[in-house]
Amino acid sequence: MEILVCVKRVPDTSENDIELNSAGNDIERDDLVYSINESDNYAVEEALQIVAKVGGTVSVVTVGAEEDEEVLRRQMAMGASHGILLTDPQFEGSDGRGIASILKGWVQKGNYDLILTGVQAEDGAAQVGGMLAAMLDYPFASLVTSIEVLANNKLKIAREIEGGNREVSEIDLPCVLSIQTGINEPRYVGMKGIRAVQSIPIPTYGASELGLTHAQVGSAAAKVTRVDYFVPALGKGARMLSGTREQNAQEVVELVAAKGGLK
Amino acid sequence: MPRIFVYIAHKNGVLDDSAAELIAAAKKIDATAAPTAIVIGSGPGLQSICAEVQKLYPEVWQTSNEALSYPNAELIRKVLTKIVPRGSVTLVAHDHFGIDLAPGLSIKLDAAFVPDVIAIDSLEANFLKVVRQEFGGQVSAHVNCDIASGAVITMRPGAFKTVENLSAPGTLVDKSAEVGPLTASRRYLEIIISETSDVDITKHAVLVSVGRGIQEKDNIGIAKELAEALGAAVSCSRPVVDAKWLQKSRQVGSSGKTVKPKVYLACGISGAFQHLAGIKGNPFIIAINKNSKAPIFQVADVGIVDDILEFLPELTSKVQELRGVAAK
Repeated sequence: MEILVCVKRVPDTSENDIELNSAGNDIERDDLVYSINESDNYAVEEALQIVAKVGGTVSVVTVGAEEDEEVLRRQMAMGASHGILLTDPQFEGSDGRGIASILKGWVQKGNYDLILTGVQAEDGAAQVGGMLAAMLDYPFASLVTSIEVLANNKLKIAREIEGGNREVSEIDLPCVLSIQTGINEPRYVGMKGIRAVQSIPIPTYGASELGLTHAQVGSAAAKVTRVDYFVPALGKGARMLSGTREQNAQEVVELVAAKGGLK
Repeated sequence: MPRIFVYIAHKNGVLDDSAAELIAAAKKIDATAAPTAIVIGSGPGLQSICAEVQKLYPEVWQTSNEALSYPNAELIRKVLTKIVPRGSVTLVAHDHFGIDLAPGLSIKLDAAFVPDVIAIDSLEANFLKVVRQEFGGQVSAHVNCDIASGAVITMRPGAFKTVENLSAPGTLVDKSAEVGPLTASRRYLEIIISETSDVDITKHAVLVSVGRGIQEKDNIGIAKELAEALGAAVSCSRPVVDAKWLQKSRQVGSSGKTVKPKVYLACGISGAFQHLAGIKGNPFIIAINKNSKAPIFQVADVGIVDDILEFLPELTSKVQELRGVAAK
């Protein structure tokens, strides 16, 4: 099975507290630690596990710039055999639809049976996989928590729905699936693994090679644009305890008891 | 202002709460809007759903088809693509179904797409300005959307206050004939109900709930000791289940359990909306987190900026102390 996994390099929220910059119009981007988007990492692991069972290759693709190569290399160290960087100054300012159009350009150059994305990235939009599928007229499923390869070009998949329940379906290939975190246990990638793939060339493709025009990608085509970031004053907020650790613990015990929680 | 349509979610004959929330959202976009509700399904139950929706919406479009007995997003996308006029604004709830349906629908309708909107800021000419959250709710963003050629917008469940019933029920229009035959390349098979474990977190008055801040599996014991001292249960947020440190049945949130405790100790939990969606009944929330900017502090009653790995053992010993005094 030929599998393409669409990945994104994002600020790592487990390593950074996201704060506003001094101008108050963007997040503070100095000193941010970047990494592979969490659900994309699960998607790559899932692709590798499928290929281990039924054969085939795993390719990873991203839309970005030179610095985004590092996440492609990291996923190649996990076991992906090809990394592809889609990059062009024209791509800047693309909205979700623009990114999906760029990815569609790449998908149509290949012969992929299965395309995976993570469920969502740092912007919580959860949009590119579903858009890409619709553009390609491929079936789509989101929030996928298990994949089983069936005969006759079909998969049996489960999606996460409300209350921890799972919705099971059969889906025809080729298709696009967005992968939910927790579907598997992504393998560890060490420095040694990354060094081993350091010299493998990563091909880059721009707008013209992907058959894209100004009308489809970049800021000119974007119908949806972020104006600014801000931190809202939501509700009254918590009463913050400012004593010593011991004093705070004492107060919490008293509060829990007062609320009827110590019986 | 383009015409507004609302996709009405329902399952097993029960109308989803989003039906009332989405008309409230439509009124925020345009106070004078008379939105049209679209109800898709099959069987006799559909009539009673439509009757309920007519109490909220001035117009209801109904589409009945045997292939739609289960809400398959692929087929519903096909129906909506056929019946929604181009250039309209279509509202959908941002839940597991909306995530499945809406991005592709925006492509098929050739409309702009804005996901997971929590508030409407303004509408000026063709530009709708909305509020979203990014980075798990750590920051919010204003987003501008050009709706000149239509838009599909998903609205966060619970973000919009529901509205009162109309004085007279809305009109019902049957659109079934416009749909034609429906075949799916994704076919629904079954629902697997989540397994329950020995501990039912929905039945406990006090929950010690742990998040990513617990850092590793071996530290779960710290939370268990506190829970034991309190007579409470240990629950958790999604990252703890993803890492396989606790069972799925311990997860609180929209994709886990809905809990109604009296006291909720949120330990190292950032407070993403998917997690908060699982906490009902207005419990007293005590949040402990190293990050003073964690969104959980916006919804908690009491907050402590501290490392849970240090704070929880201290709390456990205070509880034991109190228990010891009480025993004497």
